[in-house]
Order: sequence, then C-alpha cells, then structure tokens
Amino acid sequence: MRNQPAVSVAGLVKRYGSKAAVNGLDLVIPGAAVTAVLGPNGAGKTTTIEICEGYRRPDAGTVRVLGLDPVTDAAQLKPRVGVMLQSGGVYAGARAVEMLQHTAKLHANPLNVPDLVERLGLGSCGRTTYRRLSGGQQQRLALAMAVVGRPELVFLDEPTAGLDPQARHATWELVRDLRRDGVTVVVTTHHMDEAEQLADQVAIIDQGRVITTGSPEELCRGGAESSLRFDGPTGLDLGALLKVLPDGASVTEPTPGSYRVEAPIDPQLLATVTGWCAQAGVMPDRLTVQRRSLEDVFLDLTGRDLRS
Amino acid sequence: MTTSYSPAPGAAPVGRMLLAQTLFETKMLLRNGEQLLLTVIIPTVLLVLFSAVDVVSVTGPGKRVDFLAPGLLALAVMSTAFTGQAIATGFERRYGVLKRLGASPLPRWALLTAKTGCVLVTEALQVALLSAIALTLGWSPQGNALAVVALLVLGTAAFSGLGLLMAGTLKAEATLAAANLVFILLLLAGGVIVPLAKFPSGVRSVLDLLPISALSDGLRSVLQYGAGMPWSDLGILAAWAVLGLAAAARFFRWE
Repeated sequence: MRNQPAVSVAGLVKRYGSKAAVNGLDLVIPGAAVTAVLGPNGAGKTTTIEICEGYRRPDAGTVRVLGLDPVTDAAQLKPRVGVMLQSGGVYAGARAVEMLQHTAKLHANPLNVPDLVERLGLGSCGRTTYRRLSGGQQQRLALAMAVVGRPELVFLDEPTAGLDPQARHATWELVRDLRRDGVTVVVTTHHMDEAEQLADQVAIIDQGRVITTGSPEELCRGGAESSLRFDGPTGLDLGALLKVLPDGASVTEPTPGSYRVEAPIDPQLLATVTGWCAQAGVMPDRLTVQRRSLEDVFLDLTGRDLRS
Repeated sequence: MTTSYSPAPGAAPVGRMLLAQTLFETKMLLRNGEQLLLTVIIPTVLLVLFSAVDVVSVTGPGKRVDFLAPGLLALAVMSTAFTGQAIATGFERRYGVLKRLGASPLPRWALLTAKTGCVLVTEALQVALLSAIALTLGWSPQGNALAVVALLVLGTAAFSGLGLLMAGTLKAEATLAAANLVFILLLLAGGVIVPLAKFPSGVRSVLDLLPISALSDGLRSVLQYGAGMPWSDLGILAAWAVLGLAAAARFFRWE
C-alpha cells in the first residue's frame, strides 16, 4: 500500500458531443494526504472527479482508484470511497440527523453519528427537513454523509462553497483530522486560501488538462518573486523612484494612491524605497511585503479573462 | 476525547441495507402530505362519497359499495405504484438523491427492490384502510383471496414499470404534471367509479386494454361476482408489466 498512489489518471479524455471536457489529463494523487484540485469553471474538475467516482465512463485513458477500475470494480470500490456531490443528494423531506443515520446503516463500521452531528453543528437542524435547511447546513450534512462510512478516500466537490467562516473552519478541521488518521482527501475548490491552508498537493486544471502540480510552497516559489506595496498620495513620480531601484525592478500604481514595486525583495530594497519616500516627504502607508500567493500563480497560469 | 477517522470501510450486509432503505423510503412517503392526499385521502373520500350518494350509477349485484370497493382498491394500487412512485422518484432523480445513493454501498437492484417494498407496504396499509371502511359500509366481498393477491401484485408490477419509466426519462416537473393527469384520466375512464359498460362499445374495447381497467375489472369479477382466476385481466396486466419494466430498465436515467 505504501507509495502506491490512491488515484492515478493517465491520458483521460471525456467528450460531450464535439467538446472535450477533459482532454488528455494526467494526475497522480498520493495516499493519506490532501490534494486540492483547482481550476476555472468548466476546466474539467467535476468531470474528472465524477469519472473517478464511477459516474461516467472515460472516452480514452486509464483511471485507477485504490488500484481498481471505478466502473467495472464499482461494487468493491463504493464502500471504500466517500463522496460529497456539489449539491443535492438528500431526500427533500428528510431531516439531517435521520439522513445521516440512514447513510450510516449502509456501512459496516460507521462513525458514531451523534459525535459527527455535534462536530459539524448539525444538531441544531432538529426537525427541519432538508429543503428548508440553509445552504451551509446542507453542505455540512453532505460532508458528514461522505465520511460517516469511514472511507479510505473521500472526494469533496467544493465542500465550502457558500459557507460562513465558522462552518468553513469546521470543515477544514475535519479535513485535517481525516488526513491525520490516514484518509486520502481530494477536494475541488475555488478558494485559493483553502488550498493553501489544507493541501499537501495542488493540481491546477485548465481546459481539460493538468497544467501544474506541486505543494503550495513549490508553486508559490517560482516566477516573479514577490512584491512590495504601499499607499500614498496619488500621482507620485514613479520615474524618480525607479531610478534609485536596482535594474529589472518595476513600479506601478495599479489603483490611484496604491503602489506596487516588483523586484527581488531584500532588506536593502526596503530601505531604498522607504529612504526615497522620506526624501520625498511621503508617508508609505500600509507598507507590506507580499509573497506570491497561490491566487497569483493560478491567475498567471490560467489567465485573468473571465470564463463563460 | 477525539473521534478517530481511521479508515474502516465496508458495506453493511445486503439484507440490512435493503431493510433500512425500504423503511426509510416508506417513512419519507408517509411524511409527504401530497402523497398522503393521493394514496389515502382521495380513495377514501371517493369510496365514502359514492357509496352514500347516488351520483354514479353502479352495475352488478349487491350494494353500491360492492361495486365501488374493488374499483377503489384498483385506484389505491395505481395511486401508489404509479402516480406516487413516479413523482417521488422523479424528484429524487432531479435532486441528486439517486445519484448520491449510486455512490453508496447500496446496489442499484437493492434500491429498486426497496422502492418496491415501500410500495407494497403502503398498499397493504391502503388495502387495510379501504377494506375496513368498505366493511363498515356493508361491503360483502366474494371470491378467493389468492386471485385478489395475484391481481394486486401484477397490477403493482405493471404500474411500477410505467411509473419508473416516466420518472426516469422525463423532467421532474413534467412527471408531476403527467402523472397527475394520467391519474385523473384513468380514474374516470378505467372502470374505477364509472362502469366501463357506460362507454360506447368501440371506445370500451380500447379502454378494456388499459392496466387500470384490467385491474378494476379483475378485482370486481372476483370480489363482486365471485368468479375464479380472471385470466384475461391477469394476462393484460402481465403484458403491461413486461413492457413497462423492460422499457424502464432500458431507458431509465439515474441523473
């Protein structure tokens, strides 16, 4: 088991009509770790995950989940894999706790339901039926249903979409505990901070392919190192500032009164910028040195244009 | 104490899953107000109303209730196996319930078996209730119980196939509208409360082939007239069951 990947996908293709939703995708997901799958809307995240869950057959390529084929070995695989769909999945008239109890009954060694209910704050749902629960309560119930059967591997499709900060943190804590206890977690998300917080590995998908993988630290290290930002009066003489900066540096005013210096940031550069400000009689407000964030990496790789 | 999430996967024994799913589906159905209207209140009201008031002219021997009770037992089967099941399953499909259950250890065949179990439990409650009311209204059923059970079981199979076919192919809203429309049409034109003899003979020969007509006619021939096995009605129901279930198996879409 050790070193064997939990999921391996090679050359995966899935077409809907003439459009390829997934187009030659390769992905290896290590066991007992958290992998975040990022990508713009329509990149092929959900299609890929749903093929791994056995919902769709690939048009080409191979998919192995815990060493098995998700379609032909479905009966063996299903008890071992927990699934949280992007939405729905619960009888409209069911109450949260009874739905969770029912899901538990389909498994041989389920988690203790009252503990899980308390953990995810579902006790307050009381006799309210699913259709009248808040979006956040519905999400937490779906998460609880995904883990109650004590799976080896869980797929969480946008588990924190629409959650308030408390519920997001509760979800993150649960994911950390799953990882601690050796469960493999695959999570799709649009929240870059979520991926930075949780993931051991990040895979960025765009236009049906994986365009990069690595730990959040690895991904943030490459490319333009970092930037220094500060606020001041509008219309500072950037040409004069640029003259005192090392070669290759750039200075911009992305929004009026807000400045951004891009260069290898070291203490000397900081002293140069603040020294120039002192000479110019400018107070550099909200001065910050910013590491390149995962969001920057993501936008650099997938572009800044809106996707339909 | 912290909970351990260490993996310990496994499906529950299939018998336990089946029982749990059947009970859960039944609980969901009995909680649903619209379903209860359809399966309990409408047949009960029709039975009491038309037994007491001389609105429709009944045929055959005995009291009015002797004509009406078999028809309303047929209606009860149709309301649960066809209309109720189609609407509930259509919305379960729409809201991803069927999809999510597809990722659980419960096999597809077990889900469908549980649905059938839920229908049979509900029908047993309906039959008990309607029979009790009919008996207090002076109903005196004839014939043998085995023929009645055969008719109810084949009728359930026929209506389940058609209901699942509708739920698995149409949009949930379309299923809702169509299932209710079919319910009303078959209630009026399927020998439930209006005797088929009232229709012109050309129309009647077509209506006779409907599953509701076969079921109400078969139940009436046994319970009202005391006939033996109504083979032709059973044959019609069996044909609908084979057609409906085969088409449902072929065309049903889980998502």
